[in-house]
Amino acid sequence: MNKSIKDILVIDDEQVILDSVVKIGGSEGFMVDSADNGQAALEKLEGNDYRLIVSDIMMPVMDGFALLDELSSRNISTPVIMTTGYSTFDNAVNSLYRGAIDFIPKPFSIEELVSAINRGIKYSGIIKQEGMGGSSELLPYVPCPSKYFRIGYSCWVYSSGKNSAVIGITDLFNKTIDTITGIELVQPGDQINQANYAIKIETGSDLLHQVYSPISGKVVAVNDKLLEDFSILEKDPYFEGWIYQVEPADFDNEIKNLIPCCSDRV
Amino acid sequence: MFKKIGFRLIFVVGLTALIIIGVYSYFNIRSQTNMLLAEVERHANQLSEAVKNGTRYDMLYNQRDRIHQIISTMGQGANIKDIRILNKEGEVIYSPHTEDIGKMLDKNAESCYACHAANKPLESISIKERTRIYRIHPDSARIIGIINPIYNEESCWKADCHAHPKNAKILGVLDVTMSLEEVDKEIVKSEIQEMLFALISILSIGIIISIFVKRWVDKPVQELVKGTNKVAIGELNYTIKQTGNDELGVLAKSFNNMTKKLNEMRLQLFQSEKLASIGQLAAGVAHEINNPLTGVLTYSSFLLKRTKDNPEFQEDLNVIVRETKRSREIVKSLLDFSRQSTPKKNPADLNEIVNKAESVVLNQLRINNCELVKDLSPSIPNITVDANQIQQVFINFLVNAVDAIGPKGGKITIKTSEIELSPRGITQIKSAVCPNGHNLIDENHRIDGLPSIKLKAKYGENIGFIHIDPIYGKNNNHYGIPLQKNKTIYLSCPECDVTLIDKTAKCEKCGSEIYQINIPGQGTLLGCTKMNCNWQKWDYIDKGGKKRFIEISISDTGCGIAPENVNKIFDPFFSTKGQKGTGLGLSVNWGIIDNHNGSIAVISKLGEGTMFKVRLPIDENINRV
Repeated sequence: MNKSIKDILVIDDEQVILDSVVKIGGSEGFMVDSADNGQAALEKLEGNDYRLIVSDIMMPVMDGFALLDELSSRNISTPVIMTTGYSTFDNAVNSLYRGAIDFIPKPFSIEELVSAINRGIKYSGIIKQEGMGGSSELLPYVPCPSKYFRIGYSCWVYSSGKNSAVIGITDLFNKTIDTITGIELVQPGDQINQANYAIKIETGSDLLHQVYSPISGKVVAVNDKLLEDFSILEKDPYFEGWIYQVEPADFDNEIKNLIPCCSDRV
Repeated sequence: MFKKIGFRLIFVVGLTALIIIGVYSYFNIRSQTNMLLAEVERHANQLSEAVKNGTRYDMLYNQRDRIHQIISTMGQGANIKDIRILNKEGEVIYSPHTEDIGKMLDKNAESCYACHAANKPLESISIKERTRIYRIHPDSARIIGIINPIYNEESCWKADCHAHPKNAKILGVLDVTMSLEEVDKEIVKSEIQEMLFALISILSIGIIISIFVKRWVDKPVQELVKGTNKVAIGELNYTIKQTGNDELGVLAKSFNNMTKKLNEMRLQLFQSEKLASIGQLAAGVAHEINNPLTGVLTYSSFLLKRTKDNPEFQEDLNVIVRETKRSREIVKSLLDFSRQSTPKKNPADLNEIVNKAESVVLNQLRINNCELVKDLSPSIPNITVDANQIQQVFINFLVNAVDAIGPKGGKITIKTSEIELSPRGITQIKSAVCPNGHNLIDENHRIDGLPSIKLKAKYGENIGFIHIDPIYGKNNNHYGIPLQKNKTIYLSCPECDVTLIDKTAKCEKCGSEIYQINIPGQGTLLGCTKMNCNWQKWDYIDKGGKKRFIEISISDTGCGIAPENVNKIFDPFFSTKGQKGTGLGLSVNWGIIDNHNGSIAVISKLGEGTMFKVRLPIDENINRV
């Protein structure tokens, strides 16, 4: 069966959202298809292949979470970006834990959407490459070490001691963005919270990538070396390329919302 | 009418008075009557003796005309009905009524019966037996008759007339009868007087009682009824003004206390309901409004991108994008407010948080010519708080202060200090067991929202349960048995009935018996068993000393808060800033501080300024045992 390949499927029960994503996606050169609920999206997925799905959470007939579950049960590996007008902590954590690659709260600006779409399309390409390469081949990216945990695919955390944890960016995330031109971090002493933006990365072409923190806690130190030389992130994303050293507030509980990296190596 | 307690009381007291006064009057009248009659009797006897002595001489000389004359003259005396002299056979010999002379009287008749009862003349009888009281016919006045026997004596049978033989003992009788009309009138008069006295006494007792019943019972009861009716229709701030010191006064006071508590609870409930519904509304609004906002934001930023070479459009479009982003922030704060999430707490230095909050609003302070004076105590310890949330609280307070001061400029003072408060009235008793290890905490019966300590209580015939206030020293206990002042109660475990009374010690305040409850791992709680004695002692907590708090006060020299608005400032969406504010700042502050088990107090004077005092517990673990 020959399926036509399209770039993006956007799913939302609000026409204006569909229209704006179609318009913005189109202006970036992507072919965007739309569906107004999860069920309609599944029908579209029968006849077409998409590189990326952008889905709302609260919809009639079939909501975003049900769609995520349905996709994984049908072995459809198309990456999904979740978006919602009801952007609570629970919705963010749930989306990322159930396999969505990203979560953008509404209302999003054009930059936020374009950045997320660009990352998603690249992610899609890398995953496809991985699938074609087979298990014996080298992965196109370095996966995070097995004792690490991650939120979505972007940010990892590793508990380095009783009251200390290190946070960084995964190699896969690094591969989905262009050359870094700037990193904006919070100051030592500041508080960061799980599933809230903690890292801002600027790349060329006006894109701004925001990364969710995997845990809550007080920032003890930031990696000044990395701020001087962004290439460390590429060379050693899991050790030398750490970003924050944190005093976690409630590590044992918050870890339940994270995906263990060891599950990637089955 | 009889259902009224006042009338019942008047009826009972009136009846008692009636019986007492009735019995008293009865005996009084009787003794008065007897005395009067005795007096009359004596008088009649004297008269009889006088007649007898007056006629003695004439009798001896048998001067019948003179005797007639004496008897007729004396017979005309006031109240004297008849004076008759009868011979032994019963023949009337002398009488003022000449038609009676010569009449024979039946010895069985009224006047003779006393002596001739046994059909045999007696020689000597007492005065009592010689007296008789009778009526001629039922309508006539009573008559007293007294018989005086005329004895035979030497001069009689030696007299010239030789009318009497020597051996006769009694020659005849003198019978004097007197009308008792006057005496009876006197008796009736005194009876009427007695009755009048009784009536007046009963009436005045009734009136006095009704006045006092009205004053002491009726009025307070009416006030209470009025109060309960007011409460029933929802007027919970109604208070009974006049309360005495008697039982009804105590009832009125506890009624006032009840309505006050009810009112507070209703306000709390109202506030939390309002917050909950506002939260739901906010979440709904956020969801609904975020979709159209997405449209506005994406399309306007899209246009912005496409019109890069048209500066005129750019300027206008930038306004749209900027304002849409502002809307996004407002909606986000709404969502933050509705999210009742638990704060992410870490040890933090409040002074540092104050400094950070200052740096955020520094620009605003400068623009508005506000001087910020910081009086930060360097010795305050780090406490576990959500630093971001607390910073938000300070920023909100500072922004409000700047707004209150206005463009003319002013001074804002922010002060941190450590204070100590007594553990009494703050510390919650979270677990309690009887000597056999049964749990005494009752999750189902809450006092001020906290699970209480349930004990079995007994005094006299009364058996029930008492729920002890779980806040140490607060004593807002709930009694399931009748409350009685100065009564000590026997307390035991509701499950196994083992005694909780500690015989080895006495209440330090009133000397009564005390109860003892084990607080697992934290010693024992002692308390007085006397109902109105509020003595409690918990050595474990008292030894820990006073509770420590960090107090942060933020005061400004701004416009102040109108007294009618003070109660509303923590309500969501209440704002006096018009277009400038969302009305969420202070309600968010309240929520955050409440989440940290802290408190906010506000002191404000219109035109002079406002001071907010935030208190945060230093050691949570001691605060909430």
